[in-house]
Amino acid sequence: MATSTTNLDSPPVRKTDRDPRRVGLRQKLGRWDVKLSPYLYISPFFILFAVVGLFPLAYTAYVSMHQWHLIGGEGKFVGLDNFTFVLQQANFWRALRNTFSIFLLSSVPQIIIAILLAAVLDANLRARSFWRMGVLLPYVVAPVAVSLIFSKLFGDQSGMINALLNKIGLDSIRWHADVLSSHLAIATMVNFRWIGYNTLIFLAAMQAVPRDLYEAAILDGAARLRQFTSITVPMLRPTIIFVVVTSTIGGLQIFDEPRMYDQFGQGGSDRQWLTVTMYLYELGWGSQKSFGRAAAVAWILFLIIVAVGIINFSITRRISTDSAPKSGRKAKR
Amino acid sequence: MSAPSIPVIRQTAGRGAARAAARRRHHATGAGSDRRAGWITYVILVVVLLLSAYPLYFAFLLASSNAGAIAQTPIPSLLPHGEFFDNVRRVLASDIQFWKAFRNSVIVAVVTSASVVLFSTLAGFSFAKLRFRGRGPLLIFVIATMAVPTQLGIVPLFIVMSKLGWIGQLTAVIVPGTVTAFGVFWMTQYLEAALPYELIEAARVDGASMIQTFYHVALPAARPAASMLALFTFVGSWTTFFWPFIVLGSTNPTLPVAVQLLQSTYFKDMSLIMAGVTLSVVPLVIAFVFAGRQLVAGIMQGAVKG
Repeated sequence: MATSTTNLDSPPVRKTDRDPRRVGLRQKLGRWDVKLSPYLYISPFFILFAVVGLFPLAYTAYVSMHQWHLIGGEGKFVGLDNFTFVLQQANFWRALRNTFSIFLLSSVPQIIIAILLAAVLDANLRARSFWRMGVLLPYVVAPVAVSLIFSKLFGDQSGMINALLNKIGLDSIRWHADVLSSHLAIATMVNFRWIGYNTLIFLAAMQAVPRDLYEAAILDGAARLRQFTSITVPMLRPTIIFVVVTSTIGGLQIFDEPRMYDQFGQGGSDRQWLTVTMYLYELGWGSQKSFGRAAAVAWILFLIIVAVGIINFSITRRISTDSAPKSGRKAKR
Repeated sequence: MSAPSIPVIRQTAGRGAARAAARRRHHATGAGSDRRAGWITYVILVVVLLLSAYPLYFAFLLASSNAGAIAQTPIPSLLPHGEFFDNVRRVLASDIQFWKAFRNSVIVAVVTSASVVLFSTLAGFSFAKLRFRGRGPLLIFVIATMAVPTQLGIVPLFIVMSKLGWIGQLTAVIVPGTVTAFGVFWMTQYLEAALPYELIEAARVDGASMIQTFYHVALPAARPAASMLALFTFVGSWTTFFWPFIVLGSTNPTLPVAVQLLQSTYFKDMSLIMAGVTLSVVPLVIAFVFAGRQLVAGIMQGAVKG
């Protein structure tokens, strides 16, 4: 273990020629170098985050309390008028309902299928990399492309999925016209793109489960299914939390897939798949061109995401303190 | 499968990396999976593979067909028709400025990937290996920002961009993405394990400045993680739609924006739209054939650490 790690083939650093008279200055510079460099190296992230992350979020609050036109710019202060306007719109509530519906239809099956698929991939497979790449393939396809392909597959009249349903004797489903069906179709696009990605995350976590736990379970006479529910799933808890958190943040802001689900981008004739971010876009860049109202929607959505995050956190924390699996290995990071 | 041996990893990337690699290799060779996969497993995997590949093939099938045939047969035949290149030609001749969009996408993805890798490695080097006041809290802050839905700041961001005169300019898409919290966290994690202090000290003793130490010692050690980060950033940049759609518009589009335009302009012409979709997807699918293994490894390593 104590092998030396310093055997570089070529010395990468040239020695500086020391000039005796300037040692003092050089040492002083050297000290500043040591002191300031760490801050200098991390500064790009913090500067950028302040400028394009934090400042816009805070400024959104300011914009949301003003009349503000896309082209005309800042108008007069209106207090909470933009918020009351937005909260009185039927389309806002429709959008909120649709967003949560699509979010649930995508994240819950996505996590369940990903865990099951990871369990399948965890076996001793031939051509392991091939299968892993196979599940990941959809990840490199842009959501815009996914949505165009699936909106054709889910066509109400001449879609392939309805044609297949008819073939096995079932009725066509109105994938665009009906509320829940359209949500299901859009959730399918999200799942198509992300199941493989999450599968690999779960697969990695499964392989980190200490194998002696399984050996002990086998000695206790636990069957394969019992091992899965009593060891694998509990040990995956930190990973599940991670995936839930990331899919919440992304899922509640969904835009690309529903926007591209038909050629008008309005969320359907009855706004049956209009989402909150689409509504934000429509207020700010659509016919109204009202940045004030768009900013109000952004703030409301921000608060919703924070609230959902807190709920997520408290639920998952309670679960993990109630029944944390005991093992020799730290399950958390 | 030409992974370097564990001792080689130890020499080039440090003890931590060697240990991590040994752990991975141990699992990869199937410790505990005394159960060989049965045929049912392979049947499931083949079905999954078909489900993830067929939609792409479906796009190609429609792209090689024509509007009449598509309307008549909702279930396309398994083999493509012969009109793919005609449809491609029509995409290239259409109003969406395909080549401009393609070039824009390449520029944005390449510049973003390069800058994310550079700045993330710098910050990762600092967080992982340099001592300075406030290091712990600052790193926690970086990680916490990953949970902030910054997309919701688009209204002010758009105002800022229009003040700068960047609406319709690629800089408006490139600049906000030049460094990411994920990248910083990723490189910090990797360099913590892969870069031994002895190397840094040796360089310092030889009189190297901080930036020279970074360039000659940290950067080479970071290469495996840096290339994965570049891949992820490239994919993310290539596929992103919302912000480019808002800030670039149809005059100077990236590929997803151009494809969107294709749909809203020629929505009756499905073979044309699918030809555009195919053209936009093919570059990354080709890249995936060569670099997919690395993407897989990257996701799995990130999961264990993260």
